Amino acid sequence: MYAQMVDTGVAKVRDVAEMTQEERAFQDRIDADVKVEPKDWMPDAYRRTLIRQIQQHAHSEIVGMLPEGNWITRAPSLQRKATLMAKVQDEGGHGLYLYCAAETLGVSRDAMVADLHAGKVKYSSIFNYPTLTWADIGTIGWLVDGAAIMNQIPLCRCSFGPYARAMIRVCKEESFHQRQGYDIMLALCRGTPEQKVMAQDALNRWWWPSLMMFGPPDAASVHSAQSARWKIKLLSNDELRQRFVDQTVPQADYLGLKVPDDRLAWSAERGHYDFGEIDWQEFHEVIKGNGPCNRERMQTRIKAWEDGAWVREAALAHAEKHAARERQAA
Amino acid sequence: MSSEWPLWEIFIRSQHGLAHKHVGSLHAVDAQMAIRNARDVYTRRNEGISIWVARSADIHASSPGDKEALFEPSNDKVYRHPTFFPMPDDVKHI
Ligand SMILES: [Fe+2]
Ligand SMILES: [Fe+2]
Repeated sequence: MYAQMVDTGVAKVRDVAEMTQEERAFQDRIDADVKVEPKDWMPDAYRRTLIRQIQQHAHSEIVGMLPEGNWITRAPSLQRKATLMAKVQDEGGHGLYLYCAAETLGVSRDAMVADLHAGKVKYSSIFNYPTLTWADIGTIGWLVDGAAIMNQIPLCRCSFGPYARAMIRVCKEESFHQRQGYDIMLALCRGTPEQKVMAQDALNRWWWPSLMMFGPPDAASVHSAQSARWKIKLLSNDELRQRFVDQTVPQADYLGLKVPDDRLAWSAERGHYDFGEIDWQEFHEVIKGNGPCNRERMQTRIKAWEDGAWVREAALAHAEKHAARERQAA
Repeated sequence: MSSEWPLWEIFIRSQHGLAHKHVGSLHAVDAQMAIRNARDVYTRRNEGISIWVARSADIHASSPGDKEALFEPSNDKVYRHPTFFPMPDDVKHI
C-alpha cells in the first residue's frame, strides 16, 4: 500500500512463552485494544517497524503530489484547477500529519527526509508512473485514492495512538479526492468519443499498477503476521485487493469503460470478482528503482529540498535575531 | 548550517464555547509562523476558530510510569460521585 512490504526485523512471530514480562504486558494491552502512546514502553522492533511504516506512508503522500502537480497548470477549467490544487495541498497535509506521528517515536524530520533521498526508505510504487493526459488525474483520484481509502480506513483502528489519529484525519479528507477523480471520469465518459478514448487509455495504464499498490500476497509473510499481531496491519494485502476490485469494477461499468483484464469475471460461488495474474516482476522492478519515473521523482524531491535550504536557514536566522532583540528590549 | 526548525504542538478551538484541543504538531521558526502553518495544515475545512501553539520543548508531561501514583488514589473515592448517595424515589429534583 502506501507502506508496501514493511520489514519488522523479526525472523518469526514470538509466541507468549518467548516474551519477556514487559513484552507480554504490552501484547496484552494490544489484544485488549488499548492504544499505545509515544511515552509508553514498547518493544524496540515495534518502534522501528512503525517508524518505517509511517515514514513510508508520509513519503508516499509527499512524492504523490508530483504526478498530480504536473497537471495543475493545465487543468481544463478554473474550477478543476482550484479543485486539483486543494487536493494536492491535502496530500501535503497528509504527509505532515504522518511525519509528526513518526516524530513522536523519536525520529527527526530531517533524518526521515535524508533516508528518503538516500533511497533507504521507499514510497509507494504507484507514484513512479507518469501522468500523460488529463484523464490520468481523474483515474488517480478514482483508483489510487480509492485504494488508499481501502487501506487507511482499517488503520484508523491501529494500535499506535498518533498513527490512528492521523489516519482518522486523513480519511475524512480522502473521500473528496476519490469523488473529484470520478467526477473527472464522468465528464470525460459523457463527452466526445476522443474524451472517452482518453479515459479508457488512462484506465488501461493505471489499473494494474493500482492493484499492485496493495503489495504482493502476504498470507505467508512473517512480517505481516508480526504486524497483524501488533495491530499495525489489520487486513491482508489480498483481502484489501479483493475488496478494491469488488468495489471498483461496477464503477467502471457505470462509466462504460472496460477493465483491462480478460480474466475478470464475477464469481457467484465466491461472491467476488475473479481477476487475472498481476505482473509481480514489474512491481519488484518499480520498487527497486526501475519504474518509468523513479529517478525523476527523486531528483525533483532532492532539488526542492536543496533549493529550499537557504530559505530554511534564513528564516531560522531571522527568528533568532528577532528573539535576541526582544530579550534585549525586555 | 542545517539545524532543524523547532517543533510546535498545535491546539485548535473548533467552536465557540469549546476548549482548545491538541491536534498534532509541526515545525516553524517562531510562534507567528507556527500559527500560519497551523492554519494551512490543520484548518483547511473550517475546523477551527482559534489556534494556540506551544513549543514542544516547553510542554511537561506526566510519565506513564507514574500513572498509578498519580491516578490510583482517586479510584477508591467513590463518594466523589453523586451515584454514591442513593436518594429515595419520592425525593425529586436532586
Ligand atoms: Fe493522502
Ligand atoms: Fe488522497
